[in-house]
Amino acid sequence: MKPAAFDYVRAESLDEVLEGLSNEGGNARVLAGGQSLMAMLNMRLARPKVLIDIMRLKELNRVEERAGVVTIGAGVRQATLLAWPELTRTLPLLALALPWIGHVQTRSRGTICGSLAHADPSAEMPLALIALGGEVHLRSKRQRRRVPARDFFVGMMATDRAEDELIEAVSFPGHRGGGCAFREVARRHGDFAIVACAAVATPNGVRFAVGGVADVPMARDWPCLDGTALDDALNGFAYELDARDDVHATARYRRDLVRIIGRDLIGEVLQ
Amino acid sequence: MTRLAAHGHHPVRFHLNGKPVEAEAEPRMLLSDFLRHRIGATGTHVGCEHGVCGACTVIVDGMLTRSCLTLAAQVDGCEVQTVEGLAPSADRLGILQQAFRRNHALQCGFCTAGILMSLDHYLRRNPSPREADIRDLLSGHLCRCTGYTPIIKAALEAAADFASTTEEKSDA
Repeated sequence: MKPAAFDYVRAESLDEVLEGLSNEGGNARVLAGGQSLMAMLNMRLARPKVLIDIMRLKELNRVEERAGVVTIGAGVRQATLLAWPELTRTLPLLALALPWIGHVQTRSRGTICGSLAHADPSAEMPLALIALGGEVHLRSKRQRRRVPARDFFVGMMATDRAEDELIEAVSFPGHRGGGCAFREVARRHGDFAIVACAAVATPNGVRFAVGGVADVPMARDWPCLDGTALDDALNGFAYELDARDDVHATARYRRDLVRIIGRDLIGEVLQ
Repeated sequence: MTRLAAHGHHPVRFHLNGKPVEAEAEPRMLLSDFLRHRIGATGTHVGCEHGVCGACTVIVDGMLTRSCLTLAAQVDGCEVQTVEGLAPSADRLGILQQAFRRNHALQCGFCTAGILMSLDHYLRRNPSPREADIRDLLSGHLCRCTGYTPIIKAALEAAADFASTTEEKSDA
């Protein structure tokens, strides 16, 4: 398995990246950590004509906290964010979810924004973005815009990003003091999730998000529910996710996981 | 900006285990193939070629790296460490390699180079690992011979050996 031929561009400024994307459009792919894209290239599931390497741009390798919002640049690797001393205080959900992304040996290279760009429906970063209500910062020669998480993921491995746009950064609203919880079920640790769930306390109750079941991670906001009301809400959501059978698990097993993990995590967060 | 044309052969230079190396590669050439076919450093093995098995794991600028998920062009100017750099000399094994040998932590040896690089990287930064940490680290590698138990034993023994070596040095 070797990639098909492509031109390799080592960008030294953001303008070069945006110029390249503007000129090449859908023929170009942005290369960051490469932990998803390179596998796609090796399997020839992706055959871009041009690869634009952005990892030499220092300005993209930043984590900033401003007015309670944490902004993570396109060059920030998963291991770098996991080692950021403020992570548990500012984004405790990410501190819980990041160790579930791949393995030590892939988190060392893979980036936060790259995982969002790849938009695998069972991946942890898209789930966390949906659960926390973050925003994706897109930039092209034409414009800069911010897309809320719920509008960014439009289908399985498909996003709202236009062909000439770079995911410049992603921002997460900071932790408001309520609880959060995360749990994932996979065949082995580091495998893609059969079901991954996150619960986050909101001013009025709880937001519960599920990855690995529908084509995109999905969330529901509920008031403080318990007992039968919570069971009914979780059961309704489990069916709305339209789970399918595959080689790893049946649809019914996935719905069971959503109901059982949901009850546990929501109980934990509302305690 | 540097643009390397798809079908051209372009020079790639980096330090491999402390020594400068240089060879030509097409942009699409993987670091794993570059090491083996261009440099002749065949200690790094190639298994799945999509980042799952861990056999090709090397260290690039201090980061554990799947060399099959990395282009040779990406590591231009970097410091690359491979299994060839672990032994102190051609006729002696390093501490971790000795522990592998004592504990039968390899049989066919296909996965070993990658596992050694992960453990070497980890033990240098975490001198007193817990067994759970070693297990988590090894989840990024597939070994179909050993069942992992001897590898974990070797890793913990090597950690203890590293610690006592350091103590002896500090006493001296």
